[in-house]
Amino acid sequence: MKKVLGNKKAIALFVIPALIIYTIIVALPVVWSFYYSMYSGSPGLKWKFVGLANYGKLFRDKNFIDALVVNLKYIGFTMLGQVGGGLLMALMFRFWVKGGRNAVRTIVFFPTVLPTVAVGQLFQKIYEIQPNYGLLNSFLSNVGLQKWVQPWLGQASTALPCLILMDIWTGIGFHSVILYGALLDIPEDIIEAGRIDGCGGWQLFKNILAPLLRPMIISSCVFSFSGTVKMFESALALTNGGPGNATRSLSMYMYSVSFTYNKVGYGSVIAIFIFLMCIAGSFVINRFDVKESYY
Amino acid sequence: MAQAAVAAQGSTRKKNRTGKVVSSVLIKIIVVLICFIDIYPIFWMITASFKQSYEWSAKPAYSLPDGLYFQNYIDAWNRGHMSTFFMNSMTYTLISLVFIVIFSVTVGFAVTKMQWKGRDFINRYFQLGIMVPVATALIPLFQIYKGMNIYNTRWALILTYIAFGLSLSIYLVTGYLRSFPDEIMEAAVIDGCDIYKLMRFIVVPLMKNAIVTVLVLQFFFKWNDLLFSMTFVSDTKLKTIQTGLMYFSDEFGSKNWGAIFASISMSIIPMLILYSVLNKFIIEGMTAGAVKG
Repeated sequence: MKKVLGNKKAIALFVIPALIIYTIIVALPVVWSFYYSMYSGSPGLKWKFVGLANYGKLFRDKNFIDALVVNLKYIGFTMLGQVGGGLLMALMFRFWVKGGRNAVRTIVFFPTVLPTVAVGQLFQKIYEIQPNYGLLNSFLSNVGLQKWVQPWLGQASTALPCLILMDIWTGIGFHSVILYGALLDIPEDIIEAGRIDGCGGWQLFKNILAPLLRPMIISSCVFSFSGTVKMFESALALTNGGPGNATRSLSMYMYSVSFTYNKVGYGSVIAIFIFLMCIAGSFVINRFDVKESYY
Repeated sequence: MAQAAVAAQGSTRKKNRTGKVVSSVLIKIIVVLICFIDIYPIFWMITASFKQSYEWSAKPAYSLPDGLYFQNYIDAWNRGHMSTFFMNSMTYTLISLVFIVIFSVTVGFAVTKMQWKGRDFINRYFQLGIMVPVATALIPLFQIYKGMNIYNTRWALILTYIAFGLSLSIYLVTGYLRSFPDEIMEAAVIDGCDIYKLMRFIVVPLMKNAIVTVLVLQFFFKWNDLLFSMTFVSDTKLKTIQTGLMYFSDEFGSKNWGAIFASISMSIIPMLILYSVLNKFIIEGMTAGAVKG
């Protein structure tokens, strides 16, 4: 047994090819980003060592701050909608829906499997006003709400909410399904015992369900966060960052800085900022779990 | 008195019952509404893909098409290069899936069941990749591919897809393998299996669930990729379906909604078919990362 499982040749064969690909394509570039971030210009073109100057520049860059604000708003509201809404839906399926749960689950999960770009293009047409009304405006104008008809994606005030709504639409099913799964794992006895002790709906949720659901709510938050912190594909497909910079995220700003304007060094600083934000965010969310485990 | 009390009790019971009926109807309405909101946009898109252009200006957007105008699909498929994009996406996705499955099973097995120094380190090293946002690797990777002369080739995408699929897949596979019984392997070894036979005849067949999960999850990620494909290839002949869709509007202008809807529908149809047949697997596969974690 030991001889078979300790076969060095086999281990090398099993591990090394994947290790090489992974190191060159995933690990090395991340390290490399740090190196790039200390240069200005792009490799081969005005490539100059500037030390940490790029990092200082970051917070004086109005475009960066704007993108950061947009990105944070997007993360906050989308997470709230996906996890909060998903939780409400999961509770509804568990306690109120009697028949056809599987069918409902299948339907609700469905938008999750759709390609992001396709959804973005589809919603672009739903919100459309020119050359003809899209689904939403056409509906509004025909039920007598003509005054609500507006260029949803063409004005800064509505573009981001429209984007957030779209991503809640795609993501909420996923979160409701995993939370529903966690709800099913809570034994009926516990819920019944709570009821007998006189817990109303809210108390039942607060004192019994929420603590038991906590780990799943946290991983749901982590998933939602790591999906929204990247904010790229859906925004690109729906609004392309516009109007103006109203929906331009950090990733999109990084992309245009480094690929359109060819400032690879400065782009790398933004890339590293996204990386750190990702780690810090998951760290903060996971902190909620640690505290609870003392009880 | 007693009679009055009984009567009062009866009436509150009745009230409760009507209350229950009202709320159960309300719940049904809410549930139906949720399902409607989830399904209707897709239904609308597919029906709209059969509309001729005059129908858009003549009638409200939500109306059904007059007939089945297949020309939209033909336009999208030929003039919009959807045939090329579709084939490219399929090729890249399938090739990378094969490698992701092979690598994740072999590495996963090596780091959980085989005995060697440093296996925990390697395992953790692979797991770090789950945290890496794609955007962070993008710029150096672009330079690396340029340096290796594989920028704007199929290999740039396939290699990237494989590499970025490894971390999560290995993580899922190791999760399954932890509960994999050692006794079965021991029996096989006593019967004379070497490591390769053990993998082929014992481990892989028993890992079917894990492999299906990895396949489902990674198919979804690779088929949906936009960022890599818009960065690493620029040639129209090499573009994937998602990049194709993005530039499709330019090709057709914003007027030809029918063809745009046809092209979006085409990108969704593989998912639609897969999902209607395998929805249970897909839901399980896609939520596995969250549930197992």
